[in-house]
Amino acid sequence: MHHIKAQVIVFGGTDFGTTAKDIQERFVQELTKKGLKDTVKVMETGGHGYVENGPMVIVYPDGTFYSNVKPEDVAEIVESHICNGQVVDRLLFHDKMTQEQIPEYKEMPFFKKQVRIVLENVGKINPEKIEEYVASGGYEGLAKALTTMQPQEVVDEIKKSGLRGRGGAGFRTGMKWQFARDAKGDKKYIICNADEGDPGAFMDRSVLEGDPHRVLEGMIICAYAIGADEGYIYVRAEYPLAIKRLRNAIAQDEELGFLGDNILGSGFNFRLHIKEGAGAFVCGEETALMASIEGRRGMPRPRPPFPANSGLWGKPTNNNNVETYANIAKIIVKGADWFSSIGTKGSSGTKVFALTGKINNTGLAEVPMGITMREVIFEIGGGIANGRKFKAVQIGGPSGGCLPESLLDLPIDYDALTQVGAMMGSGGLVVMDDSTCMVDVAKFFLNFTQSESCGQCTPCREGTKRMLEILTRITDGQGSESDIALLETLAKNIKLSALCGLGQTAPNPVLSTLHYFRDEYEAHIKDKKCPAGVCENLADFYITDACKGCGLCARNCPVHAISGKPKEQHVIDTTICIKCGTCMSNCPFNAIKKG
Amino acid sequence: MMTVEKLEALRKQWKAELDDKHSKETQIIVGMGTCGIAAGARGVMAAILAEVDNRQLKNISVLQTGCIGMCAREVLVDVVRPGEDRITYGSVKPSDVKRIIGEHVVNGNIVEDLVVAKIAKEELA
Repeated sequence: MHHIKAQVIVFGGTDFGTTAKDIQERFVQELTKKGLKDTVKVMETGGHGYVENGPMVIVYPDGTFYSNVKPEDVAEIVESHICNGQVVDRLLFHDKMTQEQIPEYKEMPFFKKQVRIVLENVGKINPEKIEEYVASGGYEGLAKALTTMQPQEVVDEIKKSGLRGRGGAGFRTGMKWQFARDAKGDKKYIICNADEGDPGAFMDRSVLEGDPHRVLEGMIICAYAIGADEGYIYVRAEYPLAIKRLRNAIAQDEELGFLGDNILGSGFNFRLHIKEGAGAFVCGEETALMASIEGRRGMPRPRPPFPANSGLWGKPTNNNNVETYANIAKIIVKGADWFSSIGTKGSSGTKVFALTGKINNTGLAEVPMGITMREVIFEIGGGIANGRKFKAVQIGGPSGGCLPESLLDLPIDYDALTQVGAMMGSGGLVVMDDSTCMVDVAKFFLNFTQSESCGQCTPCREGTKRMLEILTRITDGQGSESDIALLETLAKNIKLSALCGLGQTAPNPVLSTLHYFRDEYEAHIKDKKCPAGVCENLADFYITDACKGCGLCARNCPVHAISGKPKEQHVIDTTICIKCGTCMSNCPFNAIKKG
Repeated sequence: MMTVEKLEALRKQWKAELDDKHSKETQIIVGMGTCGIAAGARGVMAAILAEVDNRQLKNISVLQTGCIGMCAREVLVDVVRPGEDRITYGSVKPSDVKRIIGEHVVNGNIVEDLVVAKIAKEELA
């Protein structure tokens, strides 16, 4: 008696004619060849009911279920599965999708290259329940800092981590804290700048809405480190949900004793307030922001004195952005060395980017510093929407610049971006495709800064207005050849003489587009053409060969600019055309284009 | 007064409570960041609550979370059955809710055409 090692069951019946019989015979032949005839038992049985899945085979003892098996597959099943224990994947029976077949987040292109520190909990925990934050490790950093570290040790740890301000300019956070800590005064403040205002940026909003306690924990640690007993979160009123969740989180912290007097028995007291901003972009500038908290008009003032020495109500004050604070607790828990091992030499850690514009995966991504723009846009972002071609990416908001395709492989860090005329900024990435006019983009950003200028200093108030006038002239087809030089002169002067960061960086979108897309400016000025077909006054209507010669356009044209014989391609006389677009909307063949 | 010892005790207690809930209840979690709400999360949430009520389902908690980052796929709805992976559905409309609850929450079958990704159960702990 031989010991049966395996068993093969072939489901036959009459459903598959003689195929099942053939399969069974092939199994016997193949097993005989391998000398397994006596240890592997082959059986045939009646139909299984799954007719649509073809002849099926089950191999025991493991019970592997093969479907749509053909006689010629048998040799492979015997060789691979019965002899070598390797399941033949391509023949496996697939029923309904099982949980195993669903890709994991970490395997998806969108998440694969992300490293989530700030966004660790966002989208996973319930932001209104402190229980979930604490259960996932929350307030561990606070406990460590307050009970095992001296304030100076906390500052040293942040310095050592290499963390730089995530709000835009990238000043070293540890140094900033040291200045505020060293400043003389018995009353000190800290401020969280949540006045996120760059077009296309929503990183801070997501953090505040999705994991508010992480920001609060970072702030409390900072207050302990520099010796502040009061703090403000300056958040724009247009973020009602973020405000609601912050208020809820502050109330929970007060109730549990993470805010208030003698926090964790350390003798350290700290209170937090929320100040709702009215939505002026300039209030994101720290001195304007402090003026706004004090109840004055939000206007920047010259520095020095720096806020670290004379800030809110004249007291030493530390300002950091939402994302900066959101990094703190993890640095304290895991250590500066862990943090600085992520990212590049000069820019450690991660950065959260908001991906918007003509990109497939609009959303939020947190990536290690040093990743290339190409990886962010084409791997994480899934490339350009609607199958179009990449043209530029705007980084850094109204203070940043537009980078062309040739710079896509640039590693993203503070210094590399500054070198190419852009800046890290707060993290808004606006992706543009080939249907975008770069002069129009520059005009958009300048229009933004010009209307957000507080009006206090002349270079910003008047200078950006003049630059906008020149850009408008160019896009209207009225530009002259000297306009480019004039733009450059104005831009340089404004950069040098404006009072605050908003004014000093306002010309950047113009300078970077002039640098990388000068040919588009020249086409507007010299050829009176908008290569992307965006600028109304420079675009002509024309009829393509999709025209069937129906004559509808010619009959509807109010100025009789269209001519052509019936059933032949018509032509528009652009010297008569008034660009009203009537022909385009009347054409049943989509044969009229603008460009 | 909160102390470090008390915090660590609370952390253990809250984690145990969450694990216990996860082992007994099916959780339906709706992405309720501004992006989710703008894409219609409130309507989806209302439809979920109505369907749970309609079917008189027991041991279900309907919860909210922030934005996981896939704004283009909002409204995102996650379903976690006891001891199973956390499955995310994308571009969910109120009219999809009956299917997600009927097929997945009640019967444990994935709604294939809406599924986006999962977080393995091992990583949920």
